[in-house]
Amino acid sequence: MQSELSIVWIYPDLLSTYGDQGNVLVLEQRARARGIPTRTVHVRSSDPVPRQGDVYLIGGGEDRPQILGAERLRRDGGLHAAIERGAALLAVCAGYQIMGTVFGGEEGQPVPGVGLLDITSGRGERRAVGELAAEVDPALGLPTLTGFENHMGVTRLGPGVRPLSRTIVGTGNGDGTEGCYAGRIIGTYLHGPALARNPALADLLLSWVTGPLPPIDDTWYQALRDERLRAVLPR
Amino acid sequence: MSQLPLRAQLASALGRTAATLSRATGRGDGSVIGGRVGLMLEPDLLRKLAADRKLVLVSATNGKTTTTRLITSALQELGEVATNAFGANMPAGHVSALAANKDAPYGVLEVDEKYLPEVLDTTNAGVVCLMNLSRDQMDRAAEIWLLAQKWRRALDGRPVHVIANCDDPLVTWGASSAARVTWVSAGQRWREDSWCCPECGGPLDRAGFGNGGQGLTAAQIADTNWACRECGFRRPEPSWALDGEYVRDPQGQHWRLDLQLPGQANRANAAVALAVAAVFGLEPGRALPRLRTVTSVAGRYTTVERDGRSMRLLLAKNPAGWLEAFDVADPALPIILSVNAQGPDGRDTSWLWDVDYRILRGRPVFVTGERRLDLALRLAVAGVPFQLCESFEQAVAALAPGKIDVIANYTAFQKIRAEFGRAV
Repeated sequence: MQSELSIVWIYPDLLSTYGDQGNVLVLEQRARARGIPTRTVHVRSSDPVPRQGDVYLIGGGEDRPQILGAERLRRDGGLHAAIERGAALLAVCAGYQIMGTVFGGEEGQPVPGVGLLDITSGRGERRAVGELAAEVDPALGLPTLTGFENHMGVTRLGPGVRPLSRTIVGTGNGDGTEGCYAGRIIGTYLHGPALARNPALADLLLSWVTGPLPPIDDTWYQALRDERLRAVLPR
Repeated sequence: MSQLPLRAQLASALGRTAATLSRATGRGDGSVIGGRVGLMLEPDLLRKLAADRKLVLVSATNGKTTTTRLITSALQELGEVATNAFGANMPAGHVSALAANKDAPYGVLEVDEKYLPEVLDTTNAGVVCLMNLSRDQMDRAAEIWLLAQKWRRALDGRPVHVIANCDDPLVTWGASSAARVTWVSAGQRWREDSWCCPECGGPLDRAGFGNGGQGLTAAQIADTNWACRECGFRRPEPSWALDGEYVRDPQGQHWRLDLQLPGQANRANAAVALAVAAVFGLEPGRALPRLRTVTSVAGRYTTVERDGRSMRLLLAKNPAGWLEAFDVADPALPIILSVNAQGPDGRDTSWLWDVDYRILRGRPVFVTGERRLDLALRLAVAGVPFQLCESFEQAVAALAPGKIDVIANYTAFQKIRAEFGRAV
């Protein structure tokens, strides 16, 4: 990180179906609250992905934009270069699937992915829509994951990644796990503003770049988390 | 129209009875159940009720109900008009609307975006009015590019006259397969769903990228042009255009709107309504006075009173709708925001993060609704101070007497309306 934290939002013109901007806003707010200045770049899919960013975000989208996004990211190479430099990445839903080696296209046909995560995705039998709750890998030391999923994907994790969490409620990857992580990349089916419901995940991404972070006022984050987890967790 | 076959007459009469019962028992306004009963008895009822009428179908993500009302008001200059005024916009609602007014030579039907191909097929409507497409309740609604593609296929080769907003690229793409299109430049403030070419996926060159969809400058809002950098798909030349408070007609004459309905979005709806009226030979000079009589539509923009508080109700169901509501809300007034996430609202509140609430800084803001904590966090992150209220009543009580703006999403809005009566 240089004098300011650089946040790069990849392809909001293609992959920003529903509230994905929330992840950008939460990262900005949580950095600012700690006195860290931020600069955010929205990268159009027709433009090169900057290589010098600190935290990269990519969101969800429909089938066709997903395929276009994967093609353009592969051709561009900027994200690969940034990850090699040690940048952090949060990949959400359609953006998560395309980070793998293969994902399912419009008719379920295999489409080559970006290849930054050792995962393969295909199409499931039915759409997973609803609240999700999951216990995060203890190695990461994060509280219960909460959010909303809306996808038809089934994702198989290879040996090069670890599951981010084990689902309590919801579908996630489809095998009892939800999301994955490897190095400084986190992928998740929690769509849209996943970080708003999981501020600790936001802090994990930030701390990979900035080092340890002091606590901040989490009143509203915590109130929402408590309410949602109360609403969905089995009693 | 009055010459329906016996079976259709019976189905239509029983449907009306069911509707009356529904109203009498307080179970609903009858506009869905009546049609359902009718369709059960005579599946072909909609086709039969639609035959021999001059029909307009109105579809969009936002503004369907209001535009349907505006077009209806205009066409009443020519004769009786059957219409589904209360937003029951699927085939059962269409049956009820047409059965309720069997002798009306004109019909104006609001149609759910997904049902447009089916309703077009069944009714053989001669005029279709298409305004905008944007993200809306993604947990249950179709993806909008797929919707536009369905429109495109349904209109292809059909002898129908389409009136469409050419400032919305997705609408333009969906409409442009029709044999005859009148393009209206009605504006597009929410652009986050149309940065890419619907035809080839290439980048669209247009004003306003990179600010997260909000805070377009006045100049960017006014700049409605767009063109694909790669395949040449571009905004068609409009024959009608909204220009501030005025509508320019195909002859180049400017008409000052002076609507009672507030805001830019309603001026856009009126521009489209004027173009539809012209298809029926109704000049703006005759149609406009009719549009000006509309004050509120199914409770939207209604002002309700309680204990000296005068509250204006604004409905906003999705990010584009919130931008429109902010355009109407008075910056000098306190504002109550109410958000639910029941079935009709969409169970997913993620869309709150697509709305830029910073415009509310400096106003007294009160937050309520079943998902008030989602909204509370959203406002906290946006740096907008607010007061959290357990209920709408509590929010009202916390405010001093005077004028108040209220923005609510669908079921939250209906709950407030139910409490204050269904005055339209």
